Amino acid sequence: MADITLRVNGSEKQVSVSPETPLLWVLRDTLQLTGTKFGCGAGLCGACTVHVEGNPIRSCSTPVSQVANKNVTTIEGLGPNGLHPLQEAWLAEEVPQCGYCQTGQIMSAAALLAKTPKPTDEQITQAMNGNLCRCGTYERIRKAIHRAANGGAR
Amino acid sequence: MSPLSRREFVGAGIGAAAGLVIGFYLPHKGESHKDSFSPNAYLRITPDNKITIVVARSEMGQGVRTALPMILAEELEADWKQIEIEQAGASTLYGDQTTGGSASIRTTWDPMRKAGASAREMLISAAALTWGVPRSTCTAEAGHIKHAASNRSLSYGELVAKASTLPVPSDVTLKQSKDYKIVGQRLPRLDSLAKVKGEAIYGIDFRLPGMKHAVLARCPLIGGKVTSIDDKESRKISGVTYVGKIGDSAVAVVADTVWSAMEGRRVLNVGWDDGPNKDLNSGAILASLKQAASKKGATLYAAGEPGKTSGRHISAEYMLPFMAHAPMEPGNCTAHFQGSKCELWAPTQVPQDCRDSVATAIGLDPDQVKVNVTLMGGGFGRRLEHDYAVEAARVSKAINAPVKVIWTREDDMRCSTYRPASLHQLSATLDGAGLPVALTHRIIAPSITGQKGQPVPNNVDPDLPDEAGPVYGIPNYAIEYVMTETPVPLGWMRSVYALQAGFALESFIDELALAAGKDPLKYRLQLLAKDQDLAYFTTTWHTARMRAVLQLAAEKAGWDKPLPAGHYRGIACFACFQTYMAEVVEITMENTQPKVHRVVAAVDCGQVVNPAILEQQIQGGVVYGLSNALRAQITIDKGRVVQGNFDDYAPLRMDEAPTVEVYAVPSQEAPTGIGEPSLPPVAPALCNAIYAATKKRIRTLPIQS
Repeated sequence: MADITLRVNGSEKQVSVSPETPLLWVLRDTLQLTGTKFGCGAGLCGACTVHVEGNPIRSCSTPVSQVANKNVTTIEGLGPNGLHPLQEAWLAEEVPQCGYCQTGQIMSAAALLAKTPKPTDEQITQAMNGNLCRCGTYERIRKAIHRAANGGAR
Repeated sequence: MSPLSRREFVGAGIGAAAGLVIGFYLPHKGESHKDSFSPNAYLRITPDNKITIVVARSEMGQGVRTALPMILAEELEADWKQIEIEQAGASTLYGDQTTGGSASIRTTWDPMRKAGASAREMLISAAALTWGVPRSTCTAEAGHIKHAASNRSLSYGELVAKASTLPVPSDVTLKQSKDYKIVGQRLPRLDSLAKVKGEAIYGIDFRLPGMKHAVLARCPLIGGKVTSIDDKESRKISGVTYVGKIGDSAVAVVADTVWSAMEGRRVLNVGWDDGPNKDLNSGAILASLKQAASKKGATLYAAGEPGKTSGRHISAEYMLPFMAHAPMEPGNCTAHFQGSKCELWAPTQVPQDCRDSVATAIGLDPDQVKVNVTLMGGGFGRRLEHDYAVEAARVSKAINAPVKVIWTREDDMRCSTYRPASLHQLSATLDGAGLPVALTHRIIAPSITGQKGQPVPNNVDPDLPDEAGPVYGIPNYAIEYVMTETPVPLGWMRSVYALQAGFALESFIDELALAAGKDPLKYRLQLLAKDQDLAYFTTTWHTARMRAVLQLAAEKAGWDKPLPAGHYRGIACFACFQTYMAEVVEITMENTQPKVHRVVAAVDCGQVVNPAILEQQIQGGVVYGLSNALRAQITIDKGRVVQGNFDDYAPLRMDEAPTVEVYAVPSQEAPTGIGEPSLPPVAPALCNAIYAATKKRIRTLPIQS
């Protein structure tokens, strides 16, 4: 066990866990931030995507010790003052079906837009290909990203 | 008393969305809601003008939490913005609550309409009595009863007290579709906001105070059993509180956190009795299907005498593998055993089966078991099994504390139930014009229901009547089923046997069109040219409806227009779960592999309740069907499932997802279902396109095997 300091969604959190615990389970079990999802445990599906210092990472495969003292953003902190433009676009394009993978999808998309405000189709595919959706919402995800990049217009 | 009352759930913000609250609701007969108007188990109106509609099917992404309330709200003449929904747990008030067979809309269409209409009529009576005017002068509109002549209006909330004293009418007049204001509208789903904010609470997110977490080590061999447990290392893991056998074939590791439980399992040593299947492999399973093919089958459909026709004879065999559902949310269930009762929070498609199976497993009566239904991260049929619930209840009983059992992805891939592998023998006799005067389709596959020990009357798996019917009015037409057995655990996976039946039939029809030298669309339309009613078990299929769907798909796809160079397309149609579908798939070939660019889908599912959800479901079904066609394959080696995660069982990702266009035939027929019927045409339309591109006929799935 180790005492680790995290900065999650702008606030400092002390956790006492074994250092190799994946960030995913610290977020979900210790901090009760369940918007970040468990899908594969192997970095294959992207449902657990969060940002560390603005970069998208798979929290299921990231030991919590690696993110000590770093800024972690989860879906709960993505739009601190209301909905993030991507969340608005997700609603406008009616993306979610079961919705389970969508928080991870949105986090991947948010990291993309932060670096590439007007992504091409190819850039979207490249950024999003690590995120699985068994409901098959990919086409709408693409449209929603374009919409958000367009300031909410289609 | 449950650990958390409903009020606390709601207070915790579960599923709060757009002014709508999703709570858990366990209604029981005789339960009275003080001061509320509740003429039936689906509806409650309170004096504060809140209208609560109970959803008695499970939400796994198919939209029932939005579509079912729309049906009731329509007849109620409610203001949609006033509606709140509650999820029913296992109950005795709603009939069979199983969510499956694309049946939620179809089977609740009448009860939900009647529930809304009888409440509406009672509210009208209440207003008429209040005002002392004839009923016929009062109208219901947007959550109010109005009396136009005197310009008076009362909200439903204001009429609660009076309406509650009135008898529930036994017979009510339902609205005509031309008057619909809610049904048929593209209303946004009620739970989308919670989903995009990460606030939606799925089964895996549910939490009780003091709850433990458990993962189970299950025998990797199908049918194996636990012989010894060495938990010395497991108990060294910080947070691990219990290790013990659960049932014959699993060992639970319980801990304070999920990760500790997983770590405890990682270092656990279990001795296994390999059981009877240690030499089982996929090759032998497929060989046994071929062997069984010589057996006489049960008749599913018989018209004329296919054996007595003469002409050009053509035959072909098709084969499909086992497949895994792999919903994004892995299996899980929370249980709280408390001596003489047990409460569960289950992401399940079968709350009543969970209740009954849990009761049997832990020695309680069914009415001592409460099953709450949580939101689900996909289901696709996997959650028609009660295994998660039984495990959770057993572990909770073993540790005498609330516990959540979680499956890892590898657990889900390797210890699941699978779409049955199947073999299909098709043969036809063509007349001089190249049209089939006879067609025989023999389906050789294990019975899902049979394997579960349930009755299989006349050796016909009870799913086949929904999923393997005739599409064409061929004068001599036989569909037969040869029931086989396999030790591989079987489950109902999205579209069930229709996927296999549709792939085989619609690939074969393409082969016949080719043999006849005809365009695949025109060939099919010729087979459907005559209006015929084809009786198949309790369904009557209409060739006219199939024809219209096929024509719509072809027209929207521009079948008669040339494609860009290097593009090819295929077409297929199929009907299952009382719904008609046709699809055109457009591809290019890239390094010998198909790349799907565009899929045009046309559907006739009767009255469309919510066109936006219809589109989503069909778009998703096509993508799911493409994963099945291209790569989905579970193989068995030495009695074990080979695949383990999304690397070796790899569903479609964004780079392979096509554009999917959806068109519905306008209809006022009673609604059927849309969750599954979009799948069966996908693989044959794709393989027909591949044939058009390469002259190579694919008769075995997956394509990329």
